[in-house]
Amino acid sequence: MSTLTEAPPPLTPPAPETKKPPRKRGRWTPYWLLLPGILWLVVFFAAPMIYQASTSVQTGSLEEGYKVTWHFATYWDALSEYWPQFLRSVAYAASATVLCLVLGYPLAYLIAFRAGRWRNLIMILVIAPFFTSFLIRTLAWKTILADGGPVVGALNTLHVLDVTSWLGWTAGDRVLATPLAVVCGLTYNFLPFMILPLYTSLERIDGRLHEAARDLYAKPSTVFRKVTFPLSMPGVVSGTLLTFIPATGDYVNASLLGSADTGMIGNVIQSQFLRVLDYPTAAALSFILMAAILAMVTVYIRKSGTEDLV
Amino acid sequence: MTNTTKTQPGGDVRLAGISKTYGSFTAVHPLDLTIPQGSFFALLGASGCGKTTTLRMIAGLEEPSGGTVHLGDQDVTALPPYKRPVNTVFQSYALFPHLDIFENVAFGLRRRGIKSVKKQVEEMLDLVQLGEQARKKPHQLSGGQQQRVAVARALINHPKVLLLDEPLGALDLKLRRQMQLELKRIQTEVGITFVHVTHDQEEAMTMADRVAVMNAGRVEQLGAPADLYENPQTTFVANFLGTSNLIQAEVDSRSGDDVVVRAAGDKLLLPASRCAVPAQAGGKVLVGVRPEKVGLTHADEAGSIPEGRNRITGRIGNSSFIGVSTQYVVDCAACPDFEVYAQNIDRDARLVPGADVVLHWNPAHTFGLDAAQDIDAGVAEGEAA
Repeated sequence: MSTLTEAPPPLTPPAPETKKPPRKRGRWTPYWLLLPGILWLVVFFAAPMIYQASTSVQTGSLEEGYKVTWHFATYWDALSEYWPQFLRSVAYAASATVLCLVLGYPLAYLIAFRAGRWRNLIMILVIAPFFTSFLIRTLAWKTILADGGPVVGALNTLHVLDVTSWLGWTAGDRVLATPLAVVCGLTYNFLPFMILPLYTSLERIDGRLHEAARDLYAKPSTVFRKVTFPLSMPGVVSGTLLTFIPATGDYVNASLLGSADTGMIGNVIQSQFLRVLDYPTAAALSFILMAAILAMVTVYIRKSGTEDLV
Repeated sequence: MTNTTKTQPGGDVRLAGISKTYGSFTAVHPLDLTIPQGSFFALLGASGCGKTTTLRMIAGLEEPSGGTVHLGDQDVTALPPYKRPVNTVFQSYALFPHLDIFENVAFGLRRRGIKSVKKQVEEMLDLVQLGEQARKKPHQLSGGQQQRVAVARALINHPKVLLLDEPLGALDLKLRRQMQLELKRIQTEVGITFVHVTHDQEEAMTMADRVAVMNAGRVEQLGAPADLYENPQTTFVANFLGTSNLIQAEVDSRSGDDVVVRAAGDKLLLPASRCAVPAQAGGKVLVGVRPEKVGLTHADEAGSIPEGRNRITGRIGNSSFIGVSTQYVVDCAACPDFEVYAQNIDRDARLVPGADVVLHWNPAHTFGLDAAQDIDAGVAEGEAA
């Protein structure tokens, strides 16, 4: 090629010069553009994952140092010791997710279809809590649910606490340090993650579809059941995922609003890492949690059939 | 609900004093309209004239500010849309994207608690030639197919009245022509009253038995397409439906069944029966004639024009050859842009821009309108449509 360009018949050299370099650059451009993303993934996802995975199969002690011994029994030991916390995490997160859906759907519906000029204001109110620290907001719930506070007093007067205590959600006339408090905290903290995707999918629904359904003999409740709700399924699915996944791994609500009896798997992992300093168990627990969530989410998405929705 | 649709054997749609206001804006002025059972009725007008609002009030999707809607003997004014024996084909079809074609068509039947829908749905899909597509989703179909699904979804319920809101607006010209015939065929076949909203005057005239021309929230004129075209009662109708040459004139005298008027020195005859206003001597009147009714003769041949025809002299300003006809714009003293559509049978080579000509037509083709109106009303709307 170089001989061609050096010995120029005046008309031919420009052709290869203008044709070839772009083709070469064109072939590599996509990879160069991908590079930042790939680097990001390697540094912040792949590397930590591999490091954790190797930690989870190490044995040893803090004094002697840890070595990779392919000790997979750590997984089994961790699971058999901490399965109650796993179950509790899933139960609390699922309850909080259902509560978020029940509270968030009407609000998202209201913002999308009924709010009119108040729409932006309500949206700001939904997002406003993010301007304060997660920790401070959760601490505020400690005050709200404090023993002898107005909320507990009201619930006591209405005999709601008798029912919840009988169900095992509260203890006597306390709300703080009970499962109910933890679920309340989770619901409160993750509610915006439910409302925003719900709102987005509801807002996209063409109003004429509601009219068409009403025109085709559907009562308002049927319009909701047969048209609005099915069309909002993408929002329901992404909202529940955005709520359930972080709620399962959360430990702040359980440690601030709960007690020793309401520990979630996040609390165990945190204490194994930072207090007990048993790194292999903590890493193994993290992987089990990840696998469990992945499995549940896969089944859920398959069941809800959202891939098929427009 | 199914009972009410069954026990009432059809009937006319009667709107009595129906109106709709949004704040200070009046979309529909109090309107009385009777749509005969089994007719193909068109509401024709430019956008914003209140035709869609009127349709939506019949459907129950819009609550009237005043007046009543009757279907046969039943007053349906207060009924919500899902209790009215009326179905709508929406402008952009509004097919349910999460349901397949079969379920879209079956929607109305299922809501009325009908269990065995399969046979009916299949028959209906065959009627609109979509039997093969039953299990596809709406977005997998072409515009024309979606349109047919929308018609099938409404018709399967055997409504007393089918409302069509610009049903062909999203289709291209060729498909639109085809669907016009198709809809007309279906209407004749099922015999249901069709109320069709459109801004396309050609569409309204080809499809409908009766047309109501609407303008600014009022019905300007109601009648059969040919009647509206030949006997417009207002300048809006004269200009919106096709083209009209309107000439400002003064009433001179009566001669038998004709009114003699003067326009810029020319004397014209106008049948008294075709004059929309009482003609009194000295009064003003707008004289109109359609461009295809007018003959065009070179000034040198003026002697060959038969006696008794209305004549106006002028000079050709412009001509355009269309194929079947040639369209001339003639500059006359009485009317600066007089349009003439001449069939290309024996073309006179002298009829070129600049030539002096005589325009002449049978006085029976002349119509008279109230001169107090805006002479250009409906011109812009007609062109936009």
